[in-house]
Amino acid sequence: MSYRRSKRDRVLVVDDDAALAEMLALVLEGEGLTTSVCRSGDAVMTAFSTFRPDVVLLDLMLPGVDGMSVCRRIRETSAVPIIMLTAKSETADIVKGLEAGADDYVTKPFKNSELVARVRARLRRSDALAEPLTFGDIVLDPGAHTVTRAGQPLELTPLEFDLLACLLASPDQVFSRETLLERVWGYHHPGDTKLVNVHMTRLRSKIEDDADAPKVIRTVRGVGYQAIAPA
Amino acid sequence: MSRLLGLWRRSLQVRVVLSTVLLSSFVIGLTGSALLTSVAAGLAERRQEVVVAEARSGLDAAQAQLDAEVESVPTAQSISLAQIVDTLTQTDPSARAYELVLDGPFGAEDRTAPRRSSTALDADAVPADLQQSVRSEPGLFWRYAELSVLGAGNDVPTVVVGRQLTSPSTGDTYAMYYLFPLVEQQTTVDLVRRALLVGGLVMVLLVGGVVLLVSRQVVGPVRLARRVAERYAAGNLEQRMHVEGEDDIARLSTSFNQMAASLQSQIRRLQDLSRLQQRFVSDVSHELRTPLTTVQMGAQMLFDARETFDPKTARAAELLRTELGRFERLLSDLLDLSRFDAGAAQLELSEVDLADIARRTRSDPVAGRLGVRVQVMGAARPVKVEADVRRVERIVRNLVQNAAKYSGSPVIEVEVGQRADRVSLVVRDFGVGLDDDENLRVFDRFWRADPARTEGGTGLGLAIAREDAGLHGGTLRAHGRPGEGAEFVLTLPRRVERPEGEVADEPAVALRFA
Repeated sequence: MSYRRSKRDRVLVVDDDAALAEMLALVLEGEGLTTSVCRSGDAVMTAFSTFRPDVVLLDLMLPGVDGMSVCRRIRETSAVPIIMLTAKSETADIVKGLEAGADDYVTKPFKNSELVARVRARLRRSDALAEPLTFGDIVLDPGAHTVTRAGQPLELTPLEFDLLACLLASPDQVFSRETLLERVWGYHHPGDTKLVNVHMTRLRSKIEDDADAPKVIRTVRGVGYQAIAPA
Repeated sequence: MSRLLGLWRRSLQVRVVLSTVLLSSFVIGLTGSALLTSVAAGLAERRQEVVVAEARSGLDAAQAQLDAEVESVPTAQSISLAQIVDTLTQTDPSARAYELVLDGPFGAEDRTAPRRSSTALDADAVPADLQQSVRSEPGLFWRYAELSVLGAGNDVPTVVVGRQLTSPSTGDTYAMYYLFPLVEQQTTVDLVRRALLVGGLVMVLLVGGVVLLVSRQVVGPVRLARRVAERYAAGNLEQRMHVEGEDDIARLSTSFNQMAASLQSQIRRLQDLSRLQQRFVSDVSHELRTPLTTVQMGAQMLFDARETFDPKTARAAELLRTELGRFERLLSDLLDLSRFDAGAAQLELSEVDLADIARRTRSDPVAGRLGVRVQVMGAARPVKVEADVRRVERIVRNLVQNAAKYSGSPVIEVEVGQRADRVSLVVRDFGVGLDDDENLRVFDRFWRADPARTEGGTGLGLAIAREDAGLHGGTLRAHGRPGEGAEFVLTLPRRVERPEGEVADEPAVALRFA
């Protein structure tokens, strides 16, 4: 695993609170990242296309368009990693945000180190696999960062790509949600399994014929998930 | 039987009808039997006068015959007496109005005399005391007795009239008895009794029926009111009773409806208030968190750069950071409490192993930092309970860290136990302890045993822990003795029934300081 240091990574900060937005930019720039601040939901798409960020930091409580729909709009055109900022313990909001396409979330108030770790984790590119991986009719190419199924390219976000790569690299091994959190999200998020559940649902909807009767990734009740090696 | 008892307890109608029927049958039975007794007595008295007169003339005739025979056939007197009896015997038994019994002749000494009777009788058909009286002195005697004819099953009430007869020629004495069965009277009495019984029964049934109808008029609306009240209590606040007429039931319905309307408006007001409160809490949460996040990030930056500051500014940066941490905890605790107060706290239930939570207290960071040893007991077997794992862990963490920080005890015991319906976890220390007053006050918000020692706590931990326990339908209690130690007992029901359900109280672990 390595960080892309060749060019400065770009973070788009979407927050209506001027002070918080500026502070976020200060902290992230202090970590060597390039930032751009967008103060309203309506301006996000313009800022998105001109700034071309590597990560979006999105406050769920925005005036005008709400955070969820911004999230969905970005997802329509891009697989860029999205990290939500939420108020603590609003579980329903967190799940809604994840379902809208966010990869991860940070609850306010957070520590600078935590924020930076999450942003870094999303910028990280998994290069553990060099060789293309063939799994039934699914071909996963880490070099080109593409997945095809029966020759058809699949639109996966980087996070979904990492999740699939992690499971396919060790067929039949059962991964607990905690292990997946550590390997794919890159940090330990104790007991926070909704991240895994939501993303697994989305990944399955893209790679399985029938997401309700998965044939590639099986749920092992009470344990976790496993990729079933094709016969 | 128990079903009948249950019906009696539950149904007002059954109770009213049954008690009316019982009471009226008692009264009717009492009057009936009094009536019957007086009728029977009257009949017997009338008959007795007649039969005594008849017996008297019969006996007089017999004596006269005896006296006459002295002149004609002096030796045949006993035979003539026997003939009177035998003549009667030869008549049709069913047509006979009376039976005759002749005892004697009696000798000088009182030996048993031969008996001749018109029908086969039991030995005691003639009462012994009557025999005694008749034999000892002249004159007419009578008694009521039961005539039991040998071979016949039933006794018939009888008037027995007896008199001494003396033969003037031989001086022999005889006792002659007339037995008049009161068959006719008995038949009349039986008839009257049957009539009374049937009449009484019909009357009781009629009364029961009438009461049933009348009580239905009252009980019907009461039952309707009950059903409406039940639906109201189940949350259907629109339920109202139908008002008809101006009687008591109608007034009851009107009052019920007024009560329902007033309750409904009260509940609406409280619901609105609770909704407002919840929205306020959520708004405060968001509005405070955003600036707090900014301030904390700034404080962190200053803290990270403190080595470039002069010592005083550096210390200020340190204090800023630690106190902001405290401020954040306080805000989070206050928001939790206001969620409890607004009734907005929700349980996320799953199966939780309390023994596992207890075992994990061994590696509690606060206890570890303070060098306090945590000893876990009773956690070898799993202690499963339906609970919100986040809240239960928070309660236990709070108790252990409180004991570590404030008790001064070098060791903390964490003990779990279980019973069929509940589980308990005790956090016990052997430090400064608590007195009776403090046992209750520890759960007060912002209460501190020693105001000088804050240790960075918010003073809300135990208050929140108790709310968390209560949300599960469980309890959190403190017991302690000054200078000996204290124990905090968390008791949770196995299954969370309803938030306002029964509270599991009796702990499933033996207490030491209780």
